[in-house]
Amino acid sequence: MALRTLITRKTLKTTTPLGFRGLQTFSLPDLPYDYGDLEPAISGEIMQLHHQKHHQTYITNYNKALEQLDSAITKGDASTVVKLQGAIKFNGGGHVNHSIFWKNLAPVREGGGEPPKASLSSAIDSHFGSLEALVQKMNAEGAALQGSGWVWLAVDKEFKRLVVETTANQDPLVTKGPSLVPLLGIDVWEHAYYLQFFGFLAPGIASFNIPDVFAPQLQYKNVRPDYLKNIWKVINWKYAGEIYDKECP
Amino acid sequence: MNLLSCSSNHCPLSSKVLASTSPPSKILKSSVRVRNLGWGERRDNMRNNRRVSKVVAYYGLKSPPYRLDALEPYMSQRTLEVHWGAHHRGYVEALNKQLAKNDILYGCTMDELIRVTYNNGNPLPEFNNAAQVWNHDFFWESMQPGGGEMPTLGILQQIEKDFASFANFKEKFIEAALTSFGSGWVWLVLKREKKCLAIVKTSNAVNPLVWNDIPIISLDLWEHAYYLDYKNDRAKYVNTFMNHLVSWNAAAARMARAQAFVNLGEPKIPVA
Repeated sequence: MALRTLITRKTLKTTTPLGFRGLQTFSLPDLPYDYGDLEPAISGEIMQLHHQKHHQTYITNYNKALEQLDSAITKGDASTVVKLQGAIKFNGGGHVNHSIFWKNLAPVREGGGEPPKASLSSAIDSHFGSLEALVQKMNAEGAALQGSGWVWLAVDKEFKRLVVETTANQDPLVTKGPSLVPLLGIDVWEHAYYLQFFGFLAPGIASFNIPDVFAPQLQYKNVRPDYLKNIWKVINWKYAGEIYDKECP
Repeated sequence: MNLLSCSSNHCPLSSKVLASTSPPSKILKSSVRVRNLGWGERRDNMRNNRRVSKVVAYYGLKSPPYRLDALEPYMSQRTLEVHWGAHHRGYVEALNKQLAKNDILYGCTMDELIRVTYNNGNPLPEFNNAAQVWNHDFFWESMQPGGGEMPTLGILQQIEKDFASFANFKEKFIEAALTSFGSGWVWLVLKREKKCLAIVKTSNAVNPLVWNDIPIISLDLWEHAYYLDYKNDRAKYVNTFMNHLVSWNAAAARMARAQAFVNLGEPKIPVA
């Protein structure tokens, strides 16, 4: 079983202040479960890579960008400040999104996959008809998303309404609407599922460029939809319900 | 043999230049043989006004110009099987399905199709599939077994002219690849208006054809291109591509063809 990281659960730590402003940098949040706990929906290998490599890289680059931003602001270097916005949106968004994502997942023994209760459940029924309809809608939008991105279930805190949204690359949900609060986010970047569906060690067929001689077990067309179908088995509806109750008491 | 003549001027996959033995990308897919009719039958056909069965042609999956294990150990056979056999093939099949429903788009050549469906930045649903089919054809041909190393002659001269040195170009290319967010491609293009080489980043399926530039080399930065071999280590993948995979032969051929369309400078006329 994969070991949990030894990094503390604190997500903020203060470094020596640069200038008169203290720059807060970020560190990798701990997962509330082990890497292998979400199998067979999501493999332990993917969880470990996703957490220790991808999320960590976003955090490292975000910290770097923030330091550069801080010194550019102090120097009054407007063009550098603007130039850094892309890196901040991408890496900061990656950190924000993945931090939410880890909380959206839970092992089955801790309630992963259990349908929502109470107020969230009735809100889902009134907005989408049923939980199945919501799941179908999110799966469809996630599968149709071109390239990399996220599919979200969110609550619009202004209109007290549930919405399904997608964002591209690592854009956080707020880029689609300032009053949107994410309840559930599903990562549909290829790194979230690729190894599980293509990384198995079956020996390759020496195909000599004959298109028809091709491994029949690779059902490419259904890879992302399969991942989306399976992930609902470990979705943490309890967390989503807590956020919803906070926004819509 | 191209059954539908390529009317576009911007097709860098000219089979004459690359001398590839792979089949043309548009293949005949018809279940009815059109045979020579005798005079009696022709008379009958004219009388009955019978129409010959419709012949349809769709895009086919073009093979890379090397075996799928030829790029080992830099790009594994497994990656090629999945990337070409599943992803690329998927785009081709999806495109054919879309074209079956759209007579106007069906009549376009590939280059025209990409430009039309790009729709000046507001792409139609067919764009993703059409562009990705073209992009992957171009990408396979941008690599070769025993690739990497240095370009020579004309293309090297042009790189040195536009980037100061090959080392500088390589550094810029790798930097562009590593600062590219999300899924996309990085290209070495010949810009038509500026008449110089440049490095361009695009996202998702976009390619330089939509801006009427001439691509010379491409690198696929979608995660599916490198995840099986390098997992999240994009830097290693990009460096390996530049050192061991990129085909400067293909680049030279494309550059030579591009010079027919872009005047890169005064010709050196020897003084008698």
